[in-house]
Amino acid sequence: MTSTLRPPPPAPPRSPQAAHSPAPRSPRHHRSWRQALRRDWQLYSLAILPLLFFLVFRYLPMVGNIIAFRRFKPGGSIFGEYWVGLRYFRMFLTDPTFWEVFTNTLVLGTLTLLFCFPLPIVLALLLNEVRARRFKRFVQSVSYLPHFLSIVIVAAMVMQLTSIEGTANQLVSLFGGDPVAFLQQPEWFRTIYVSSEVWQTVGWGTILYLAALTTIDEDLYEAARIDGAGRLRQTWHVTLPGIRPTMVTLLILNIGSFLAVGFEKILLLYNPLTYPTADVVSTYLFRMGFQSSNFSYAAAIGLFEAVIGLILVLSANVISRRTVGTSLW
Amino acid sequence: MTLGTKIDAPKTRGPDDSRGYRIFRIVNTVVLLGVVVVTLYPFLTIVARSLSNEAYIIAGKVTIVPRGFNLTAYKLVMSDAMFWTNYRNTVVYTVVATLISIVLTTCYAYVLSKPQLKGRPFLIGVALFTMFFSGGLIPNYVLVTSLGMKNTIWAVVIPNAISVFNLLVMKAFFESLPNELEEAAAVDGLNTYGILLRIVLPLSKAIIATMVLFYAVAFWNSWFTAFLYIDKQDLLPVTVYLRNLIAGATSAESSGAADADKVQAAATLQAVTIVLTTLPILAVYPFVQRYFVRGVMLGAVKG
Repeated sequence: MTSTLRPPPPAPPRSPQAAHSPAPRSPRHHRSWRQALRRDWQLYSLAILPLLFFLVFRYLPMVGNIIAFRRFKPGGSIFGEYWVGLRYFRMFLTDPTFWEVFTNTLVLGTLTLLFCFPLPIVLALLLNEVRARRFKRFVQSVSYLPHFLSIVIVAAMVMQLTSIEGTANQLVSLFGGDPVAFLQQPEWFRTIYVSSEVWQTVGWGTILYLAALTTIDEDLYEAARIDGAGRLRQTWHVTLPGIRPTMVTLLILNIGSFLAVGFEKILLLYNPLTYPTADVVSTYLFRMGFQSSNFSYAAAIGLFEAVIGLILVLSANVISRRTVGTSLW
Repeated sequence: MTLGTKIDAPKTRGPDDSRGYRIFRIVNTVVLLGVVVVTLYPFLTIVARSLSNEAYIIAGKVTIVPRGFNLTAYKLVMSDAMFWTNYRNTVVYTVVATLISIVLTTCYAYVLSKPQLKGRPFLIGVALFTMFFSGGLIPNYVLVTSLGMKNTIWAVVIPNAISVFNLLVMKAFFESLPNELEEAAAVDGLNTYGILLRIVLPLSKAIIATMVLFYAVAFWNSWFTAFLYIDKQDLLPVTVYLRNLIAGATSAESSGAADADKVQAAATLQAVTIVLTTLPILAVYPFVQRYFVRGVMLGAVKG
């Protein structure tokens, strides 16, 4: 196979999870399981440790969400002491802070999606027009670099750049303004967050698009040129449709993680002064859980967030399968 | 596809020397140079600050050229025993975690790459589902704590041992290997373990290198798990050392002008710590970058 990136294959009739549901088993079916085990037991044995990992560290915590419905005491049973029903869910649904952080999450999520999704496409298209290969490589290498940094380092850099004596304020005073304590002011937080997010992710985001661009059939450009299409129209009618499956796939993934806005980065960058715009569901959950020790309450918020995330990715996937014929599975 | 596939063969769209396009190309070059400058500027600023005299930083005079060049802050950070302890911890955690991750990921990816295996869709589903739904912070914390992993290296290296993305990349690679070799080895009497160790792994050096890189960078950079599960200062990785440094600086900054000296000293120390923590990554970056890029693109091949 020559291409590095294939458009995802048409959706199979059944999702992988469908295999969970026990199919009606004939005796023959049963026997073949025994045969499979006898023949492939060594192969299955290789899967034991990884399966154990998934079971303990991925699925057990899912079950552990049960503490969202039970009263949990730190140090007590990991599944809580007694049932309290939907008490904790009612609690956060009537909690004004919850709605504030929920709004902040939506705003930051939307802004991130608005900038961090299209900009890599733009950058990839611009890079694609570069003829000098060395220059192209150089720009690519530099733009990938921020992706390899720890979020702590990025946060520390942001703090240095936006500090009173930092680059941002050097620019402000260059234009005759007074220094601004950017990170102390709620109205600046969104700008700082989104721009640092763009800085860190835009270059890395181009990789898949650049790969997709190389798979576009040369003849299509030829045909478009013969039809009299200029560069711009070639881009519009050939290039963009050519990378559409990649775009849709990444869009679905982005939508799926829409609510999980950069928890770690916000945790590092925000402070009580900027809570009005910076506090999001996951940071609120973190404070509720670890600073106020309301484990059950925080677990309820987390479960709510995870379920919404799952619904978002499932619906984005269904919508895209129906409208553009691309889906994750 | 193989790992050697050229990834950036230029797409020639034939000559187009219309005036508009020539102007576009000039503008394009300028824009891309702008991207380079914006990306590099923060790095250069931090390096400049780490080498500058604090007085110049306070005055806002340090841009990308160090002012009042001195290495005092470097000496200060490097003479901090805790910095080196935490640095060493990062190295140890990264090595151990990467090792565990590679073994688990390789085993599972190899199993998943066998199309005839009964129950394979189930095994894939088990992994895939965790990409879209997770137990969440609190249940994870309760679990790790009740397993007694708090304040041990295991809290850092075990709960994130398998990345499903990496798993799918590796599975795609194994699927691309020619099946005949393994069949021949089986005929010659090798069992599954033998085939994996003596036939498959030697053919998979490239992908294993890629996986080592993926995992190592992720573990090198991680901070939150350690921050959450480790209270003992001498068990922390250097990322949490840096985090504590910046957290301390911000609280000093908001407490007012009285601590201005402390704040500025902290600014230089932060810059130095950033430089020292980033250095290993910057040092290997030019050599490993292409592996990453290929790995990401392998991951794009549907699993």
